[in-house]
Amino acid sequence: MDNNITISTQSALPDSGAGRNSEKRSIALRSLLPGKAYQRRRKLVQGAAFGLFRLAALVNGLALFIIVYFMVNGGWTAINWTFLSQPPRDAMTQGGILPCILGTLYLSVGAIAIALPIGVASAIYLNEYARPGRVLRLIRLGINNLAGVPSIVFGLFGLALFVVYFGFGVSILSGAMTLAAMSLPVIIGSTEEALRAVPDTYREASLGLGATKWQTIYGVVLPSAMPGILTGTILGISRAAGETAPIMFTAAVFYTPSLPTSIFDEVMALPYHIYVLATAGTNIEATRHLQYGTALVLIVLVLGMNLVAIIYRSHLRRKL
Amino acid sequence: MANPRQQIERTMNVFFFVVASASITILLLIMLFLFSEGLPTFTFVSVKDFLFGIYWYPTSDPPDFGIFPLIVASVSVTILSAMMSIPLGVLTAVYLSEIATPRVGEIVKPAVELLASLPSVVIGFFGMVLVAPFLQTVFDLPTGLNLFNASLMLAFMSIPTICSISEDALHSVPTALREASLALGATQFETTLRVVLPAALSGISTAVILGMSRAIGETMVVLMVAGGAAMVPGSIFDPVRPMPASIASEMAEAPFRGEHYYALFATGIVLFLFTLLFNIVADYIQHRFKQVGEATL
Repeated sequence: MDNNITISTQSALPDSGAGRNSEKRSIALRSLLPGKAYQRRRKLVQGAAFGLFRLAALVNGLALFIIVYFMVNGGWTAINWTFLSQPPRDAMTQGGILPCILGTLYLSVGAIAIALPIGVASAIYLNEYARPGRVLRLIRLGINNLAGVPSIVFGLFGLALFVVYFGFGVSILSGAMTLAAMSLPVIIGSTEEALRAVPDTYREASLGLGATKWQTIYGVVLPSAMPGILTGTILGISRAAGETAPIMFTAAVFYTPSLPTSIFDEVMALPYHIYVLATAGTNIEATRHLQYGTALVLIVLVLGMNLVAIIYRSHLRRKL
Repeated sequence: MANPRQQIERTMNVFFFVVASASITILLLIMLFLFSEGLPTFTFVSVKDFLFGIYWYPTSDPPDFGIFPLIVASVSVTILSAMMSIPLGVLTAVYLSEIATPRVGEIVKPAVELLASLPSVVIGFFGMVLVAPFLQTVFDLPTGLNLFNASLMLAFMSIPTICSISEDALHSVPTALREASLALGATQFETTLRVVLPAALSGISTAVILGMSRAIGETMVVLMVAGGAAMVPGSIFDPVRPMPASIASEMAEAPFRGEHYYALFATGIVLFLFTLLFNIVADYIQHRFKQVGEATL
């Protein structure tokens, strides 16, 4: 170490002269440490960087707040009992959105009814049965890629397979199956997380008592994982409820004169209704409040379900 | 030999395996139907003219099926949105994982998750009725529905993906590494920058790629906000027509199994291949540069 230089920088600082006579030894020791100015700069850099990180997080929170604020601000006046309980009237410039709410409900619940059993069973295989190897890798690759398929491609797939090839037509069934295919990776992911959270000692205790693997899964693992699976289900429903592109060609239509009576009927849906009113309605400006109102109903529905799931999940995590 | 219990076990094993392969079956079905409905396109237009033709006039007579402007639109929207979402997403992840106190984290994390759960059509609607007029007056543009607006909206859709996967990667960096760095006298920021971030780099790269894959495949936002002009953009304030927007807006009018219908499915193939590529690269990075434990770092 070059002591001379370090000491000279030390003496340039105002307080370094004070103990010069009595504590030569301590100066020699201190000289090995970086100078105060350097320390201050490091602190400054850290402060600036942390400020930047905080700012980034703030921007995200702000974005969420701004979007929700403007939707609430524009939409709350449109919402009343008539709006929620009546079908649209006068070429969709008056009246309510009841058929859209019901349509979205049918589609998302239908989708989860199909995707949940398949998703949970897949997760059980991946987490309980499968051994590491090429097969597992392949299945995981399939799930990851399915999760990455664009929503509009799911729409094309649903059109080609369910609507045309199976001949279901534009219907609740086609839409729900398309949405089910899309939400499958979400369900598998959250179920796997729930299964992983079950301690291995539970399994070992059950197996030790002479239960078979299936008995262990059915009687011990699944009941313990049930709350986690339920959370995933809520998230899956909310995801399916908000999707537009997959149902554009498979289930949703501009307008239906009556409520659907069977799973082979076409439906109106909240997201598609917003899109139609905002881009292709007869009078886009005059229905602005209806657009905001519909968007607000959709947001409340989706964010409400998500909030419930998030709160429930953090409650569960704290308990474990 | 096999008693009933063993038989049930064997049956269940096979049953779960069959169900678990549903995902891959669906993926294969998607490919099968995309290709069977899309490949007939190449009987009336060559692959080269389809991919690199700069005129997309599917309804004029004779029609032009060149999706080059659509591909350029998709790629430019994705890149521009990535320039906004990568810094924001990664910095937020670092904040959540390294700096935030648990109490603050418990507020910020759900906020990011809720941002992810906002339906795309709502974000598109927001961009259309509020951001577009704003951009139009601020930058004095002919239309606020353009490449920049779409990228901005897409950025906020891909931030949650980038943020949550990056955060997982940062969390999995062993605490011992941080402690070692701090013990050597590094500040918390130096530790984050020089030790934690490099250790989590493969996970963060995966996050970035998946975020971009989400942006390129997103439909409703680009359908409502990008402007819809099938031209190669000259500036970031030009209206564009990315591939998903083209498929979504034209499929309803395309005559069933006509040339236009096939061409839209072929566009779907191109889009699918783009996201497939993104996902395979992400998967490769994840496995090739897997952070196994402290010893391998």
